[in-house]
Amino acid sequence: MRFLEESIVKVGVEVSNAYEAIEAAGNLLVEGELIEESYVKAMKDAYKENGPYFVLAPHIAIPHARPEDGGKEASVSLVQLKNPVEFGHSANDPVQLVFGLGASSSEEHLTLLRKLTMLLNDSGNVEKLTAAETYEEIKKIVEMER
Amino acid sequence: MIKVLAVCGLGQGTSLILKMNIEQALADRGIGADVEHTDVSSASNMDADYIITGTELAESLTDHQAKVLIVNNYFDMDEINKVIDENLVN
Repeated sequence: MRFLEESIVKVGVEVSNAYEAIEAAGNLLVEGELIEESYVKAMKDAYKENGPYFVLAPHIAIPHARPEDGGKEASVSLVQLKNPVEFGHSANDPVQLVFGLGASSSEEHLTLLRKLTMLLNDSGNVEKLTAAETYEEIKKIVEMER
Repeated sequence: MIKVLAVCGLGQGTSLILKMNIEQALADRGIGADVEHTDVSSASNMDADYIITGTELAESLTDHQAKVLIVNNYFDMDEINKVIDENLVN
């Protein structure tokens, strides 16, 4: 189980559209060997087919796919975008925080989602994550939730 | 027992987050309900009293016999509490 560790968090990433944003969050998980590359494609396909429903809150997207699409370990990455991009969501655009969710069929998946929910239910945390300029700042916010 | 479905595109991630927060809101009010999470295509064949989802998917669920409730911010307990209070609390 991997939750917003340094190697899977990137601050101030520049992308020009939603697909690139999903790819950036997915690639961090690929580099960490937490998902297969096929999973990143499945994340983008899910967006293409079902639309931006995973933009769950103002400025927050949580792209993901199914465990069987190439998930290896339950994991959450974060790409904080330098410039927010439009995902086409009617209420929550533009997106600035992209949490890549590596789905797994284990119990850990639920534990991770619970941690993420606790972190993001606090709007103060969301503001701090958006304003953070270094991983150290993000680490502090994440550790406070433990 | 009231049956509530939390619905997202794949039924894997986002609907689980929504389910957790709905369960929290219901527990705070002492409302006993069965909350399940599922994907949008399975939802059409499932019985429920209420479906809770985002605007984007609500459109494809309008034919469902359940009352469809919309939550825009899955992490905003105030919004979720309000939706529950306005629809599930008599």
